[in-house]
Amino acid sequence: MIPTTETLRMALRALRRNTLRSILTALGIIIGVAAVVAMVSIGEGAKGRIRTQIEGAGTNVILVFSGSSNSGGMRGGMGSQPTITWDDVRAMQTELPAVRAVAPLTRTMTQAISETQTWTTTVYGTTPDYFVIRNWDLAVGAGLSASDVAGATKNVVIGRTVADKLFGVGVDPLGQVIRIRNAPYSVIGVLAKKGQGGMGDDQDDAIFVPVTAFQARIQGGLGQYVRGPVYVSAMTSEAIEPARAQIASLLRERHRLAADAEDDFSTTTMAEMTGIFTSAMSTLTNLLAAIALVSLVVGGIGVMNIMLVSVTERTREIGIRMAVGAQPSDIMRQFLIESLTLAAIGGAIGVLLGLGIANLVAAAFGWSMLARTDIILMALGVSAGVGVVFGLYPALKASRLDPIAALRYE
Amino acid sequence: MALLELQGIGKVYQSGDTEFAALRGVDLNIERGEFVAVTGSSGSGKSTLMNILGCLDSPSSGTYRIDGRDVSQLSRIELAAIRNQFIGFIFQSFNLLARTSAAENVELPLIYAGVAPAERRRRALEALERVGLAHRARHQPSQLSGGQQQRVAIARALVTRPPLILADEPTGNLDSVTSIEIMNFLKELRDTGITVVFVTHEHDIAAFAARELALKDGAIVRDERRAGGKAA
Repeated sequence: MIPTTETLRMALRALRRNTLRSILTALGIIIGVAAVVAMVSIGEGAKGRIRTQIEGAGTNVILVFSGSSNSGGMRGGMGSQPTITWDDVRAMQTELPAVRAVAPLTRTMTQAISETQTWTTTVYGTTPDYFVIRNWDLAVGAGLSASDVAGATKNVVIGRTVADKLFGVGVDPLGQVIRIRNAPYSVIGVLAKKGQGGMGDDQDDAIFVPVTAFQARIQGGLGQYVRGPVYVSAMTSEAIEPARAQIASLLRERHRLAADAEDDFSTTTMAEMTGIFTSAMSTLTNLLAAIALVSLVVGGIGVMNIMLVSVTERTREIGIRMAVGAQPSDIMRQFLIESLTLAAIGGAIGVLLGLGIANLVAAAFGWSMLARTDIILMALGVSAGVGVVFGLYPALKASRLDPIAALRYE
Repeated sequence: MALLELQGIGKVYQSGDTEFAALRGVDLNIERGEFVAVTGSSGSGKSTLMNILGCLDSPSSGTYRIDGRDVSQLSRIELAAIRNQFIGFIFQSFNLLARTSAAENVELPLIYAGVAPAERRRRALEALERVGLAHRARHQPSQLSGGQQQRVAIARALVTRPPLILADEPTGNLDSVTSIEIMNFLKELRDTGITVVFVTHEHDIAAFAARELALKDGAIVRDERRAGGKAA
């Protein structure tokens, strides 16, 4: 048997001899592998992005929503019926040992008007603790204070996007006036840039007013009930589940729910939301990768087709090789290594192409690229496997040719 | 002991229900250093005989010994090794690999003999030198004349230094001047001690040989030796 390096040289030479055909054949594999690698890398990038966003959303955060109550057989969704009262919020803050801070968050979409610009944005009503819970620092100026909330002042803190849109980039917004629903508010602080949120929204496109001012002037409240979610942060990450349990038992007690009644509120943690997101993302990524894998198999069939054509075309060459002393195993390996090489080169090009595509997508969305080595190795392995599996039959066919018939073949 | 010993060699081809006997009980000894022409009309079985002699085909009956070894006892792998090291083939249609340089064509048997690349190249150039084509080493078959292609094929047959050269109608595709050149070359080979067996249906080509075997309907009808054979 001749050395594999020799067989490899023969294979490369044969592939070079039909360069265009080799490229076209490998294209099936290239596209398949590129699709798998790109899909998985993009999916991973998106997941990584979500993970960092969740971390940016605040540490140890629990969200409490009104709703999930049964009334007359109708089951309302999360937040469909207000059940959490301002007293509940205060009680959570003061009575629960595992809770560090509590902040309600009301919101509405409305126009904000500066002296020169108009910008449609989201106005939030909240308390100073919200910024603590979300680890959101100020870039300049001061934040909302307890006295702002107590006095329902017309002081606002704005996000970077709003500052740029209303006052222009580079202009100091501190002390400027923004009109919201015909009332003037003065800017006392600008928040540090936070970037994209978990849903791809721009978190810096926001104006924060004291929650009391929000209720009094922007959107009327619901009396004793809180409109919108309540943000809670636990003392530590280990305290998240205890805090959640404490919130549940406190609210059940305060709402005087019978032991067999369902909760009239719901809680969720950021970790849970991340989990839902990333698992949905993983399912989608795996589905796309599976579809891409099918194209890899189709590419493999293309390799087999061309190898069969090649064996037929080169029948005489096979006869000559046998006549000068090639053993059946030499012929077999020659064609097998040829298809393996074709598929492996296709696979390697496909990996590079896939990573390139993933890089472009990542750059377009401002993600950092996450290439998964295991997927790359798997894609290379699968394409090499495709080369061997689909090359086996043509190679076997070549090695079983009768030398005399092969030599006479025209 | 004769180099090639055939006893009662028969070859039957079967196609469907009909059988066709291409060879019927051929007895033949060829000694080392002989220069043998096998003649006969088409269908006389001379190509079948050559294929059997060259271990490309196996007989249906009888025994064939090369250098004392019974070919019917050998595996496909051993037969490939015999074709590689013991026999050099020359074909009517040259059978060179297309789009492959003369040197690489000549190297081919050495690849299967497991000779290292540098040594292979050296020996291929040496063989091309011997057939007077060293200056055409880089040319591909399509850039060579018929006579030159056949000389490359001879170089390929010689490169493993086999004791036996088998040529099947080596001049069949060549003009008469080139044919004479090729035959003279084969004759020179015989003079260096190599056994040469060739098939032809042309009398003046057969006349180069020192021994002529005439086949008819799968049997040897004439076995004639003559002194020296035709001169150059």
